[in-house]
Amino acid sequence: MPADTANAYTDTDAGGRAQGRATVGTGTTADELIRFDRVTKRFGSNTVLDSLDFRVFPKKHVTLIGPSGSGKTTILRLLMTLLKPDEGTITVDGTPLSHEERNGKLVPAGEKHVREVRKNMGMVFQQFNLFPHMSVLRNITEAPVQVLGMSRDEAAERALELLDMVGLKDRSDTYPGRLSGGQQQRVAIARALAMRPKVLLLDEVTSALDPELVAGVLDLLRDIARTTDITMLCVTHEMSFARDISDCVMMFDEGKVIEFGHPEKMFGDPEQERTREFLSAVL
Amino acid sequence: MNWDWSAVDAFLPRLADGLLVTAQALALSALLAFGLGLVWAVAQRSGPALVRGPVAVFTEFIRNTPLLVQLFFLYYVLPEWGLTLSAMVTGVVGLGLHYSTYTAEVYRAGIEGVPRGQWEAATALSLSRGRTWGVVILPQAIRRVAPALGNYVIAMLKDTPMLFVVGVMEMLGEARQFSSETFLTVEAVTVVGIAFILLSCPASFLMRTLERRLAR
Repeated sequence: MPADTANAYTDTDAGGRAQGRATVGTGTTADELIRFDRVTKRFGSNTVLDSLDFRVFPKKHVTLIGPSGSGKTTILRLLMTLLKPDEGTITVDGTPLSHEERNGKLVPAGEKHVREVRKNMGMVFQQFNLFPHMSVLRNITEAPVQVLGMSRDEAAERALELLDMVGLKDRSDTYPGRLSGGQQQRVAIARALAMRPKVLLLDEVTSALDPELVAGVLDLLRDIARTTDITMLCVTHEMSFARDISDCVMMFDEGKVIEFGHPEKMFGDPEQERTREFLSAVL
Repeated sequence: MNWDWSAVDAFLPRLADGLLVTAQALALSALLAFGLGLVWAVAQRSGPALVRGPVAVFTEFIRNTPLLVQLFFLYYVLPEWGLTLSAMVTGVVGLGLHYSTYTAEVYRAGIEGVPRGQWEAATALSLSRGRTWGVVILPQAIRRVAPALGNYVIAMLKDTPMLFVVGVMEMLGEARQFSSETFLTVEAVTVVGIAFILLSCPASFLMRTLERRLAR
């Protein structure tokens, strides 16, 4: 892998304060796909993310690791606008999530603006969250038809291609309740991809699966990582998977990125004692 | 007490007229109760604060005043303000509005029963608020509470005789009129009572069956 994909990068914020910022990939600010600027998120008195800065360039695969409660999932949920940050700015493909420009003035983002930015992202959840009252096919076609304005036929054709890719082409008329957890998660992956997102957010997608079903889902995601241009942000406890697909691994602790880098370095020779402790506990 | 079978014979055609009116009033007011109840429930869950407050006060007010008083109000007080409703319209609006405050609670429970992950998945797919409600949340919520809604239809059926007070000639109204003409009160009122049993027992059974099927 090129040496530049995960580099310690120092830039200067608006206040002129030099800061270390976790950066995945290279390019100018205009190329950035995801950017967190001093993002803080609290739940009550508990600060889950503490003035977090990082940026990710297109086509990169980033894995977020760290002890539970370290804020990894919160990052995905903030990006998907399931949560709002208390402070700081999140920018996706150059567009801020929290505000928009209207008549030359910056105003808090409206529902329409947020939905527009959201279209860049797809998310796969730990608990699948398929719609139980819709067939597998309808689960996948609903959003492309409603949101992207695809015709039913076109959406169905594409959904069948995706189902073929995830190995469930013959189950398109089945309802989610009749599928195994692993099959449900593959449908959920197909559903997310049907929206042609630039970023795929994977939130502990194998944590709720029976052990024998994990490998199939991870193999599918490896394929997607290898064969598509999609940018991935992945929270997982599957370290060998993280090593295989990642351009960068970010280690979180207490709401901050304490170390990041190429998986070879992160898993082989981490600098931080905290990272070493965490990895020896999970590997 | 004398029981006169010929009186039953004479009353049955009138009962049939009353039954038709009961059925119409029930069908229309049930539709109103289901529709309005949904509006209250959705407004309270996702409407702006300016809507939520008044809706909460209004539904609480309706639920805590007797149906009979509401019917009198609609029929005798509204005309004072220039709004005169026919007996049937008064009955349908009164019964439907009253029960909409109960169905609203049923819908609310159903909506709260839909897992949060369903909302999140809809958000993650960029579905609009309308589509999220319409195709994701409500179909699941209503399926859950269909038996409870059905039970309110049965309760409404048993409240239809109240419409008689504003002059809707439903079954009890026909019985009262029949007895005032013939002085055969016992037969007419008894027949009406039996008619209600014959209607509500199978309906309750149907709801229980539905409940069991949906529970599976």
